[in-house]
Amino acid sequence: MEYLLLQVLNGVQLGLLMFLLAAGLTLTLGIMDLVNLAHGSLYMMGAYIAWTLIGVTDSFVLGTLLALPAIFLLGVAVEIVVIRKLYARDHLTQVLATFGLILFFNELVRALWGPAGKSIAVPGFLNRTIEILPGVPYPAYRFAIIVVGALVAILLAWLVARTRLGMLIRAGASNRRMIGALGVNIELLFSLVFGLGAVFAGLAGLMAAPIASVRIGMGDDILILALVIIVIGGIGSIKGAFIAAMVVGQIDIVGRAFLPDILKTFMSSSAASSAAPAISQVLVYVLMAVVLVWRPTGLFGQRT
Amino acid sequence: MMAALRTPRGLATALILLVLAVLPLLTQAFDQRYLLSIGTRIVIWSIAAVSLNMILGYGGLVSFGHAMFFGIGGYAVGILSAEGVSSGWIQWPVALLAATAWAALIGALSLRTRGLYFIMITLAFAQLVYYVGSGLEAYGGDDGLNISRSRFPGLIDLRDKASFYWLCFALLCASLWFCGRYANSHFGLVLRGAKSNELRMTALGFPVFRYRLAAFTIAGALGGLSGILLANEGAYVSPAMMSWMKSGDLIVIVVLGGMGALFGPLYGTIAFFVLEEALPPLLNLAHKGWGEYWMIVFGPLLVLIALYARGGIDSLLGRRHE
Repeated sequence: MEYLLLQVLNGVQLGLLMFLLAAGLTLTLGIMDLVNLAHGSLYMMGAYIAWTLIGVTDSFVLGTLLALPAIFLLGVAVEIVVIRKLYARDHLTQVLATFGLILFFNELVRALWGPAGKSIAVPGFLNRTIEILPGVPYPAYRFAIIVVGALVAILLAWLVARTRLGMLIRAGASNRRMIGALGVNIELLFSLVFGLGAVFAGLAGLMAAPIASVRIGMGDDILILALVIIVIGGIGSIKGAFIAAMVVGQIDIVGRAFLPDILKTFMSSSAASSAAPAISQVLVYVLMAVVLVWRPTGLFGQRT
Repeated sequence: MMAALRTPRGLATALILLVLAVLPLLTQAFDQRYLLSIGTRIVIWSIAAVSLNMILGYGGLVSFGHAMFFGIGGYAVGILSAEGVSSGWIQWPVALLAATAWAALIGALSLRTRGLYFIMITLAFAQLVYYVGSGLEAYGGDDGLNISRSRFPGLIDLRDKASFYWLCFALLCASLWFCGRYANSHFGLVLRGAKSNELRMTALGFPVFRYRLAAFTIAGALGGLSGILLANEGAYVSPAMMSWMKSGDLIVIVVLGGMGALFGPLYGTIAFFVLEEALPPLLNLAHKGWGEYWMIVFGPLLVLIALYARGGIDSLLGRRHE
């Protein structure tokens, strides 16, 4: 029972990280109608920039806090130099151009930081366990990810539902040309939203860094998962992205944690432990296929 | 025939095909074995690009998972080989059948969606195949599987590099011939019509879904063939051959060459491989050590191509006669 609780928490933590990544993607897709494959590169840049700044400042908190505005500026710069030219183009052009950006960023990281992976240590004050229930210890750092992730999700929900910027974002998602015609500075709005998405992606990257590793291409695979999440949730829907991220997080973790034991009943233990992660990944894609066949525009997507 | 040679496009294409046809003789004469293996990969990738062009170029269907057919063709050969079935007469038909059946199945599901959702669902199916491949612990898992090349006793020895190259080249020519017939047939015209105006084609009474499904299935089968060849080229299969980056490379190649142009995939593949081989030494010439980071140039180049050169290389060769 405790084991199950811990695994569910791990699933929530993974789900929140992926939600942070998916939130920026679904905003850019919903509002700017832009497929941004390079979103995973911003996740990677977040981790690498944080690694450098933590090294310079010698403080996890300070380095992290400095990394976020840096990612924002990077995101805005990418938007101005490349992304802005893609809004009016078809999806194929966007896929191609942002695929080019991925190659660029992966190689840039290799040139600047070298081919070897980096690691960010868990900060001292979080390098312990806390009791989430009496007698049930849980790593404090992972718990901190859940707290930060949940706070950001709430912040985002508030931002989109209650603020003027959020109102413009929602208006932009339903009719881009109309809000432009109403005198809203669309260029500025798009830059801001893209920068915001970059911050979320970078935050997810740097928070994941101490539990995973900081390496070239770390964003490429998780990007595909984030795309799957927004497609399941329905493009442009923050709520859909959140729900889908939670479901995918649970499938992934529960698959890794419990499938090996189930598989061991009918196959060798080494085969079971290597097949389980693959099967849980496959389950995620099967889920997506089922959702799309059932609802071709995702769970909360706009019907056309 | 001779009139076609007078246009820049005809002349360039004829020259390329001529060089490709005698490539093993050239590499032998100049003692450049390495070039023959690049040539073989160019020819195999061209076949895959021709198959993607059939749906992406003529049908306007952006399939972002085409490398999965590399995997299915390759793994069908690899698994049979690992199980002791070495005859190509069994391996190849099984692999083609597997690729065709899989293409028909996922085509039937994917083609229900449109636009961005289609891009994503094809990507998802490719990832599914990828993870199945990496989960096949009995067949090497993530590390891949060394295989022995398919045997066609008495007919051809695939271990001989030159014969294998010529086999691939012959299959490329056959694919190009088939694609030319396909594009200008009634079938191809309906497909191209649906690309420019699906609603009108539907209103005219054409069952667009069925035409697209047939195209997707044919493209899948041809993609499977390139997978069979790729597995035999390296005597090795691994999940890496169907990673989503490879699917991206295939789209890049088709667009670079010119979408919906018969020989576009051939130009695109050659340009892609030449850039891959030539950029590092060129950059090293500018500054020693830069060559290692050639993707820093290649990435932005791709952005520029996507933005400003969507007609691809084919459009540089003058207007097309339809």
